Amino acid sequence: MTDVPTHATHLPPRPTVVRADRDGVADATVKVDVQNLSFYYGAKRALEGISLQAQTNRVTAFIGPSGCGKSTFLRTLNRMNDIIPGTRVEGSARIDGQDIYAPNVDVVELRRRVGMVFQKSNPFPKSIFENVAYGLRINRLVTSKAEIAERVEESLRSAALWDEVKDRVHDSALALSGGQQQRLCIARALAVRPDVLLMDEPASALDPIATQRIEELIYRLKSQYTIIIVTHNMQQAARVSDHTAFFWMGKLVEFDRTERIFTAPREKLTEDYVTGRFG
Amino acid sequence: MSHTAYRTLLSRLFVGACGLAVLVALIPLAFILFFVVSQGFQALNLDFFTHMPKPVGQPGGGMANAIVGTLILSGLAALLAVPVGVMSGVYLSEYPQTRLASAVRFASDTLNGVPSIVIGVFAYGLAVLPFKQFSTLAGGLALGIMMIPIVTKTTEELLVLVPGSMREGALALGATRGRAVFSVIIPAALPGIITGIVLALARIAGETAPLLFTAFNNRFFSTSLTQPISSITVQVYTYAISPYEDWHRQAWAGALVLITIVLVCSMLARLATSRVSRLRTR
Repeated sequence: MTDVPTHATHLPPRPTVVRADRDGVADATVKVDVQNLSFYYGAKRALEGISLQAQTNRVTAFIGPSGCGKSTFLRTLNRMNDIIPGTRVEGSARIDGQDIYAPNVDVVELRRRVGMVFQKSNPFPKSIFENVAYGLRINRLVTSKAEIAERVEESLRSAALWDEVKDRVHDSALALSGGQQQRLCIARALAVRPDVLLMDEPASALDPIATQRIEELIYRLKSQYTIIIVTHNMQQAARVSDHTAFFWMGKLVEFDRTERIFTAPREKLTEDYVTGRFG
Repeated sequence: MSHTAYRTLLSRLFVGACGLAVLVALIPLAFILFFVVSQGFQALNLDFFTHMPKPVGQPGGGMANAIVGTLILSGLAALLAVPVGVMSGVYLSEYPQTRLASAVRFASDTLNGVPSIVIGVFAYGLAVLPFKQFSTLAGGLALGIMMIPIVTKTTEELLVLVPGSMREGALALGATRGRAVFSVIIPAALPGIITGIVLALARIAGETAPLLFTAFNNRFFSTSLTQPISSITVQVYTYAISPYEDWHRQAWAGALVLITIVLVCSMLARLATSRVSRLRTR
């Protein structure tokens, strides 16, 4: 049995290994391996010695109160924080064994492999078709018109949006409803065939029905992708994820199988949070 | 008087004063429009648009050469100012914190405040003196210089309005920074930028001073870039200070045409902007 890092400040962060099968979730290969990662906005440390692993074809959820660093951590995994001046990363983050912060890493290629869906849907002011085709075009993944059309349809189908928009793919994406826009953004991310899909509170701006559709989608997509989702909705984490990480004040308090986190957490802090005593 | 009644009265007084101020501000515009329309309309006919100026003493004639001249001069100005202004605006919105950006912003604001006659003198020194020749190019240069800071400012302001999430969306799909700007951010702001350019064109089309000793004036029809060229504003100026009654009428008509161009541009721009903001709020 291995240790899971605790929130105790005085303890040095220790590497985490997801434990062997116990709750009916079989262990899969490690896709994302983060060791002792700290993150700084200028002099302020926003993340402190985070170590965790996300497995292939599993959904890993990050929960925690606002400002606990879960979104910041998610954004270190596709180096989205690089665009904020004055930020700095320490420690290592590996995807398929490759350190994504190594000097020879092409950030553009990394972001193609690690797709991201944002909290607020952000379709481009283009047609539905062009939104999905965007990543294909800029990365020159496929070039023939037929292939692009094929990939767009396939992605829209994967995102469970095709049936609703197939007759108007050349209409503006801005005319879609909020939930449809978010599924369009998922389709857009899927079109470039990423390995890992990062989702930053993808349903927080949606109504319950649209939220349910997104959750069903996540459940279906995990057979093909490694999904990491940030959510402030604990029920959502419990419903969609296999593993859950609880963040608190920039630290990883506990990381375990989702069922464990919600039924028998090791840490008092985790228990207090998941039972709604604070947060 | 109760306190509430006093407050109500005070409120009404203020609203009344504001309304009065609006009226005072609108009176000059109303008078200008009234005089230009009433005077200009009489002299306006088809000939005005299709005929050349007649020699002194012969009634009639038109300003065909000046209308074409103004179009060519404005086009040249746009040719210079749109690329430079839009690119500067992109730089300012992409790298807002750099020292160069502060310098450019300051220079642009200063340039915007430089009196147009000074810009005319500058263009005279740059493009007229060396060639010993008034020219359309020199006039376009002067107007273009006036237009650059307006286009820069509008572009910057509109690009900054594009939500950051749009940029992040593009970057997250593997776009480079430049790609994100040109394929997503500029298209998102494009209707607004075009509106800004149209308004800037309307503004410089009404300039006289920068043209007086650059494009100068031309009694004849010319589209040559290296020859002097006529423009509505300079023609209005020439006619208005002349002692001839017929030329005065022509000047009024020119003023009417000019004001109509500016008004139509503003209205088109407004229409476009309102459609854009509707799109945004959806």
